[in-house]
Amino acid sequence: MSNEKKLILIADDDADYLFQMEAMVKNLGFRVKTAESQAEAEKVLETVKPDLAIFDLMMEQEDSGFILSYKAKRKYPDMPIILASAVTAETGYNFDLYNENDRDWIKADLYLEKGIRPDQLHREINKLLKL
Amino acid sequence: MATLHVLVVDDEPGIRSGVTRILSNYTVGYPFMDEDFDFHLIEAGTGEDAIEVLNNQPVDVVLLDNKLPGMDGIEVLDYIKQQNFDVAVMMITSYASLDLAIKATRNGAYNFMPKPFTPQELRASIENVAKHLFLKRMTRKMQEEGKQIRFQFLSVLSHELKSPINAVEGYLKMMQEKQFGEKVEDYDRMIDRSLTRLKGMRNLIMDLLDLTKIESGKKERKMRDVNLAEIAKMAMDTMEPYAIQRSVKMRLNVEGDPQLLADADEMEIVFNNLISNAVKYNKEGGKVQVIISDRGKDLEIKVSDTGIGMSEEDSDKIFQDFVRIKNSKTKEITGSGLGLSITRKMIEQYNGTIEVESKPDEGTTFTVSLPRL
Repeated sequence: MSNEKKLILIADDDADYLFQMEAMVKNLGFRVKTAESQAEAEKVLETVKPDLAIFDLMMEQEDSGFILSYKAKRKYPDMPIILASAVTAETGYNFDLYNENDRDWIKADLYLEKGIRPDQLHREINKLLKL
Repeated sequence: MATLHVLVVDDEPGIRSGVTRILSNYTVGYPFMDEDFDFHLIEAGTGEDAIEVLNNQPVDVVLLDNKLPGMDGIEVLDYIKQQNFDVAVMMITSYASLDLAIKATRNGAYNFMPKPFTPQELRASIENVAKHLFLKRMTRKMQEEGKQIRFQFLSVLSHELKSPINAVEGYLKMMQEKQFGEKVEDYDRMIDRSLTRLKGMRNLIMDLLDLTKIESGKKERKMRDVNLAEIAKMAMDTMEPYAIQRSVKMRLNVEGDPQLLADADEMEIVFNNLISNAVKYNKEGGKVQVIISDRGKDLEIKVSDTGIGMSEEDSDKIFQDFVRIKNSKTKEITGSGLGLSITRKMIEQYNGTIEVESKPDEGTTFTVSLPRL
């Protein structure tokens, strides 16, 4: 394994949340690339392969995070993905929107709630990166 | 004081007694509730025991571990759903796999709490559940009483209010921990952003007040002859400072008689929303044109801008609650996503219509038609 710091892509359309996540993840000792939308994240993924990605669920569309995970996994099957969102009950968002067939294409490795503590996040990232 | 009955289902006695200890002296209160809640704890070591309890005594909240010796948490959840118990279920689990999250949310779990948790986290989660339960019951009661309260609306609203709180809280924590240095100046950007988010919240609350005026229907409308040109002028004056900042020129044209029998406050809301949008979504140095024309049976109001415009797909959505067009051009523009929904509702109360025409990068025109009563 190389000594170079791992690169993490974070996509979130709340600029403030993105900034705070970036600071938190950098603080944990990773390199960070940010994207403010699904479209921007897709563009990044065209040229860069991050070691791990954290996607917000609701960006341009309420299921942007799912679509992004699907596309990212098709390109980089071995890149772990964390989907982050506020809890379903509070957003009015419901997994029921997705039928059995759709479930197969939800490709994230982990589903995390926003507002996670740095130490919890660190643990989950390390686990996914097998560090 | 009202009591919520909390059933803790976990095969580890330590977790059960811990939860009992943490919650037995805890109370929750909100400004909008008449009374505070306290908690009565019931413990169950297996899923089977939990079902026994659910069948025999009142339970409001279930804290449910997924890994149980006999039937697992998902099966208990399934039973709760089948029996249609009025309870809020919170899954206690080590980080949920997506699969479990989907299964559990499908079956009506309200929330997840990662294990291990601190007393503080447990209290915060229980506070949310209590609030959720209260709102849910309140909503149902109101619906039963024939009042139109949309739970969907409330849940989106809570999300819209939560995002800025999260953002401001995040920045305050960074400042508290002095993550970016010792000087106040190091935090200028964060302070600016916090203030912007708070301002956004304030605007949302103002918009909500407008919306309540429409939806409660309680407030008497003061119908009188209103000069719409004067109201338009007032709305333009309000936007003037911001328009100057952005070098946007505003013009008003009146053709014929601009008098309409209406409530002046309501007309002000309509003009404020349309004109502020025309300035906000404009380009540097752009124009805003307001035309009020008397067409006999009705009055037509056209508000046009030379701004960023939008796609046809976006135009179809913008009158819905909380819809905001998100792209690189609108990134810096704040808004509650309620303005146009309020405007449309207002106009419909007058049996009027509102339409939008827009071309990306060229501009947008809203056309309102209000019949003379």
